[in-house]
Amino acid sequence: MTTALLIDFGSTFTKLRAVDLEKASIIGAGQGPSTVTTDVTEGLTAALGDLEAHIGGLPDFKHRLACSSAAGGLKMVTVGLVRELTAEAARQAALGAGAKLTGAFSYGLTAGDIVEVEAHAPDIILLAGGTDGGNADVILENAAKLAKSAVACPIVVAGNREAADEAARLLRSADKPVTITENVMPEFGELNVEPARAAIRDVFIDRIVHAKGIDRAAEMFDAVLMPTPAAVLDGAKLLSEGTKEKSGLGPLLVIDVGGATTDVHSVCLGEPTMEGVIAHGLPEPYLKRTVEGDLGMRHNAAAIVEAAGLEAVAEEAGVPLERAGEILETVTGDVERLPEDEDETRFDRALARAAVDAAVTRHAGSLSIVQTVSGPVSMQTGKDLSAVETVIGTGGVLAHGGGAHAVLSAALADAAQPQNLKPKTPKLLLDSDYVLYACGLLAAVDVDAALTFGLAHMHPVDED
Amino acid sequence: MGTGGQNSNRAEITLVTGVIGADTHIVGNRILSMALEEAGFKVVALGALTPADEFIKAAIETAADGIMVSSLYGQGELDCRGFRDMCVEAGLQDILLYIGGNLVVGKQDWAEVEARYRDLGFDRAFPNATRTEDVVAVLDEDFAARRQG
Repeated sequence: MTTALLIDFGSTFTKLRAVDLEKASIIGAGQGPSTVTTDVTEGLTAALGDLEAHIGGLPDFKHRLACSSAAGGLKMVTVGLVRELTAEAARQAALGAGAKLTGAFSYGLTAGDIVEVEAHAPDIILLAGGTDGGNADVILENAAKLAKSAVACPIVVAGNREAADEAARLLRSADKPVTITENVMPEFGELNVEPARAAIRDVFIDRIVHAKGIDRAAEMFDAVLMPTPAAVLDGAKLLSEGTKEKSGLGPLLVIDVGGATTDVHSVCLGEPTMEGVIAHGLPEPYLKRTVEGDLGMRHNAAAIVEAAGLEAVAEEAGVPLERAGEILETVTGDVERLPEDEDETRFDRALARAAVDAAVTRHAGSLSIVQTVSGPVSMQTGKDLSAVETVIGTGGVLAHGGGAHAVLSAALADAAQPQNLKPKTPKLLLDSDYVLYACGLLAAVDVDAALTFGLAHMHPVDED
Repeated sequence: MGTGGQNSNRAEITLVTGVIGADTHIVGNRILSMALEEAGFKVVALGALTPADEFIKAAIETAADGIMVSSLYGQGELDCRGFRDMCVEAGLQDILLYIGGNLVVGKQDWAEVEARYRDLGFDRAFPNATRTEDVVAVLDEDFAARRQG
């Protein structure tokens, strides 16, 4: 039996999935605490013990691959020139690399901005600005300011290629570690985020894993390949595209409702599906990840309720308004809490529905009507997700909370709001065994096994 | 290669083109953009339905030397109000601004129309059916004057 061990060093738990590569099926799962802040080996040892107890003896794993969102995840700050252009492209690159964005800056950095960047203490800074042959002044000014700052983290330079060497020289002269890669926007309106994503991933493997102390357990695994959100995105990409041997699910969306944020990943071009619609704005990344920092089931439950309205959430949950207010207070004050009675379960479900609705609405593009002399014209900003064929739910609330159909269907297009380009008639699947990250990691060594294994664990969601 | 042999500096000049406002008339602007590229300029073509601020944002990012605004539907004066001021605000005080097309509704005295657009901060205004060679010649002239001056 050829086997692989896929490890997720999470912020709360260390999770394991053991996979039989020949059968492309899961052998077992294990879980331990997250111990990155003390000694990462403790949590991993505990998780391996748990796995062993489930499957009776650990096999000699051929691959032992890990991803990590522990110790605050991959904290990044991005810097670009125009907010909607290179600054947005830099943001997209960082999010696609699985980063947790703690700051996104545009134009020249001010003294206040530098103080803010220093306070964020990011793991990596992505410095962009200017198209190739375009503006060089601002990226050089920003490099000079970062060089003078107390920031010590690696800096990935992905801006105007004519200025990149000089920007790197300024930073290196102040002993900042620098990687130069291709411009995130080489031509005006052309998005080129892949090289920056790859550079960020390399810096993550080479430096961040060590800086966070994850390599203390180095002899217990082969490599920490990427941040966990990047593994999920890689898994989503594989499930969508398939391999030479086996076709995938086509254009798809993954929704991860967490305690602090709701992440949405899309794998599709998102071009206009309706005739006569004109796409407007920056082209969208084919692999797009958005993180809604104000939509989380616990840390940000109050923000979800504020956006949706307590009355609406209470009505959706079918609990009295007063009781809904009490539950909100309880879960906000106790972020580890799992629902303890029927009311709390229903409240959580309503909360998750509101989070999914808002997160997918924001991730999806929208149509607006522009009146011209030749009549009204529909302009599309963002991705048209209406032709997305599959929506996959992942994350604790969806996997354990029940009512996944009700929650995931909040991702669907609403006939009353045709301007929101949400998926129309996708299949709804649930990653109930939490294997998407493992699928993404496995794709790095065995795409066919990863695909078969991933597809086998995406379970259709029936109507409740 | 292009036909820009006469002016070797064209390759170093970036021009932003587009049709301003809620105006879908793209053909003339596309012909102009192609002619400018053919002449050897670096062209950033924004296309139809381009709001004023997007011309300016594109010019910042690409460090453009000039913005060539097209307006074909008679609303140009409304769309271009404060255009030069916005450029100044964005640090583009020295950028060359051209506008061309059907710049007003109905038949009006061209000298008056041109004066109005110069008041809006455009360095040059061109009536409909201006030949692209003429635009290229004027661009060469204006950029040569800048280099000297």
